[in-house]
Amino acid sequence: MSETRGAALEPRILALLAEIAPDIDLAAVHPERAFRDQFDFDSMDLFNFAAALHERFGLDIPQRDYRELTSLVRCAAYLRRKLPEPGGA
Amino acid sequence: MPSLGADMEAGTLVEWRIAPGSTVHRGDVVALVETEKGIIDVEAFEEGVVQSLIVAPGSRVPVGTPLALFEGDAIEAKVEVQSALAAAQPTRTAPQPALPDRGRRVSPAARARAASVGVELSSVKGSGPQGVITLQDVEHAAAQKSAQPAAVEAARSALRSAIAASMSRSKREIPHYYLQLAMDFSSAAAWLEQYNQARPVPERLLPAVLLIKATARAAAAKPGFNGHCGANGFEASAAVHVGVAIALRGGGLVAPAILDADRKPLATIMRELQDLVGRVRGGHMRSSEIASATLTVSSLGEEGADALYPIIHPPQVAIVGFGSVLERPWVVAGAVAVRPVLNLTLAADHRVSDGRQGAQFLARIRDGLLHPEEL
Repeated sequence: MSETRGAALEPRILALLAEIAPDIDLAAVHPERAFRDQFDFDSMDLFNFAAALHERFGLDIPQRDYRELTSLVRCAAYLRRKLPEPGGA
Repeated sequence: MPSLGADMEAGTLVEWRIAPGSTVHRGDVVALVETEKGIIDVEAFEEGVVQSLIVAPGSRVPVGTPLALFEGDAIEAKVEVQSALAAAQPTRTAPQPALPDRGRRVSPAARARAASVGVELSSVKGSGPQGVITLQDVEHAAAQKSAQPAAVEAARSALRSAIAASMSRSKREIPHYYLQLAMDFSSAAAWLEQYNQARPVPERLLPAVLLIKATARAAAAKPGFNGHCGANGFEASAAVHVGVAIALRGGGLVAPAILDADRKPLATIMRELQDLVGRVRGGHMRSSEIASATLTVSSLGEEGADALYPIIHPPQVAIVGFGSVLERPWVVAGAVAVRPVLNLTLAADHRVSDGRQGAQFLARIRDGLLHPEEL
């Protein structure tokens, strides 16, 4: 199901992270630091994360855009650009 | 108690998944056992009806101890000693891994903590997203019981000790030789990009899948690198079960196997790898995956080193390492060009093979990666 960017994105992104990597400590996530530097986020994590975003937000994320998903801040900014405005066409 | 790794001497039965009267099929998870590698799902390798459970949860027993009795058994328990067996008969067909386990999700830290303070996880309600039981939930439950010192560090140091024991034994007993081969990875990268571009995210492949399949194919074709070396010398394996080194967050690694990797399509290997990484980090490896690998692949991914020189995982006789794919000068038709270069390394057992065969083995893996469309 496709979603709009109505509700705050960050908590939803964090919830997805918890789903794909239950062994990371979300309380300690620094919004601007790369996931990879914070908790050994590897290519499989990134793949799972992109797949979860694809499923939850109904976005097709080209592989070249994976680099936009590497931190909380970048990821939220990317989703804001990609998702339709709430109530918009 | 099955041996879940060459150096395991004992294990703690954490939880039964069967009861007297249960009908058990091959590959069913019958119990959870805690080892230095974490909690392992122990699978039955025979069928039958459970008569009685011998070992109580919480008990630590030596490898080989019968855990349960099946009806019709004399005294022999069938839920036991897989291992030395698995080590001696690598050709045994191991049960097919089932689909991802989406049951109760517990973070490894929470699980370790729960075990150390004696908190029963089934009594803990997960407060994390999707009901994940977090460390905090366990702490909360433990506080109600009366807490003891944290054992997260202890679990990590137990894994470190297991790695140290296994690797020390390897270096002591196995006469390693090492080879390295650099290759231009551009055709594989281009093929992969094209493959992934045409597919939605969940169906895309990671480069590691190509590496695993190319190694498995080469191992099936070149004897001497696939099998186990035990008391009776080297026994080649007809089946190729590729152990994949998977890092745990914060340190440590384990190398469970993708079974029959030479015969599986790339998409299947990707799915199984994804499942395996999730279960390794979530603490749900299966016994058939732990003891069955016939050789191992270790890939650095994007960590940025050119090559790695791995140590053979006993009783296996070879391990293939893949460095990061990095742009490097490469000679093309007599001129220097910039290409994505991948370094393949092989550590192999000199009791079983020689450098010449090793070089052929590596070349075969490279040839597979030069033609990814045929993998």
